[in-house]
Amino acid sequence: MSDVAERVKKIVVEHLGVDESKVTEDASFIDDLGADSLDTVELVMAFEEEFSCEIPDDAAEKILTVKDAIDFIKSQEG
Amino acid sequence: MRRVVITGLGMVTPLGCGVKTNWDRLMAGKSGIRAIDSFDVSDLPAKIAGMVPEGTKDEGGFDPSEWVEPKEQRKIDRFILFGMVAAQQAVEDSGWTPTDAEGQERTGVMIGSGIGGLTTIAEAAVLLQERGPRRISPFFIPSALINLVSGQVSIKYGFKGPNHSAVTACATGAHAIGDAARLIALDDADVMVAGGAEAAICRLGVAGFAAARALSTGYNDSPEEASRPWDEGRDGFIMGEGAGVVVLEEYEHAKKRGATIYGEVIGYGLSGDAHHITAPADDGDGGFRAMKAALKRAQISVDDIDYINAHGTSTPLGDAIEFGAVKRLFGNAAANVSMSSTKSAIGHLLGAAGAVEAIYSVLAIRDQAVPPTLNLNNPSEGIDGMDLVPNQARERPVRVALSNSFGFGGTNAALIFSKVA
Repeated sequence: MSDVAERVKKIVVEHLGVDESKVTEDASFIDDLGADSLDTVELVMAFEEEFSCEIPDDAAEKILTVKDAIDFIKSQEG
Repeated sequence: MRRVVITGLGMVTPLGCGVKTNWDRLMAGKSGIRAIDSFDVSDLPAKIAGMVPEGTKDEGGFDPSEWVEPKEQRKIDRFILFGMVAAQQAVEDSGWTPTDAEGQERTGVMIGSGIGGLTTIAEAAVLLQERGPRRISPFFIPSALINLVSGQVSIKYGFKGPNHSAVTACATGAHAIGDAARLIALDDADVMVAGGAEAAICRLGVAGFAAARALSTGYNDSPEEASRPWDEGRDGFIMGEGAGVVVLEEYEHAKKRGATIYGEVIGYGLSGDAHHITAPADDGDGGFRAMKAALKRAQISVDDIDYINAHGTSTPLGDAIEFGAVKRLFGNAAANVSMSSTKSAIGHLLGAAGAVEAIYSVLAIRDQAVPPTLNLNNPSEGIDGMDLVPNQARERPVRVALSNSFGFGGTNAALIFSKVA
């Protein structure tokens, strides 16, 4: 597991208060992890903070799963 | 109008978490006022407050994790946390947790706050200044809004009736209970979860009240002696935090389900001073008229009242003015009534004060005993001719209790409670 993936999952566990085992790469924040629309905004803010990047609103809207987040952050670090 | 009774009580105050803990400590003459240790007070003139004690439920203390999930705690200011905890206690005490549509739709919530999420607002303002708008949380607004206690409680329990919130500074808790009782009396709801919550003890809150010259500054080294209503040494109020919530219920509804009934809300009066933004009018006419209106609604006379839970904040002006208004209203009956200020033990809970004090008043009726006014050793000039229950709780007959609450802006509320006859 890449470092980015681990850090993303850690943030998801902390912010959504879910068990680590549920945070698989294809897990959807809203459908599988109990987030609401405000939670997803806060998650994106936490990713920005952790990875010192800016995630524009139109990109943030497409981050629906754990994998989406990992892929976006990797593409920025590319 | 339909009769309204009280079937559930919940509170968290500087004396502890839970009604029994509170009442036991209050009647034992304990104080919840201590040195502020949660933030820097070195440059503030007031360095003490009534803060909710940390600790487990079993110790009568407050541990947020025993009540609300950590994930949810981040989304609510401390005043909402207190309100939710007091509401949970009250709802559980009442045994009223309807799961059918009618029961839920006939149950509402009206929990107010004087100030709301002041700490949250102060922190967000600094964050905005230092790091810009992109760092402001999506939970900032809903964690600071005053009516979000009512919102959160309704969501938690599925209470779909009237969802409302009072905001009348230090009269909030009393107005919330009075107005909620009216909603039941007028058949807008059968049950209302009502009260007030406050958590404004932060650097900004203390600085603001200190600037208004409202706070005690002379007892920073002896916190438990600072709140001394009617005593000649009083020099301002002490900020407190917490929440009080009651379950109000239509009398027949409560009887039908065999609920424990603590008492009845028989009177509620409101008035405005139209005088000054922070100071009460010298003649105390606003408080006088609120009490008089409550008596009229209750259809009783001053002779029927045995106990008054005073607003009594320990300010030089306010205490004397309220005392004068009570004497003017009660006349010769003042000699037979007992009046105390429980703010002497917990400080001034601002928007939660009226609700917490309503609960203390109801418990005085239940136990036929009145709580003390701590630190009342030398009543100031003109404070005489009435029992102010100095320093020690006392047993006495209490048929009917009156609770006063006055707020900045010149807003006044009086509630009257009785046993259910």
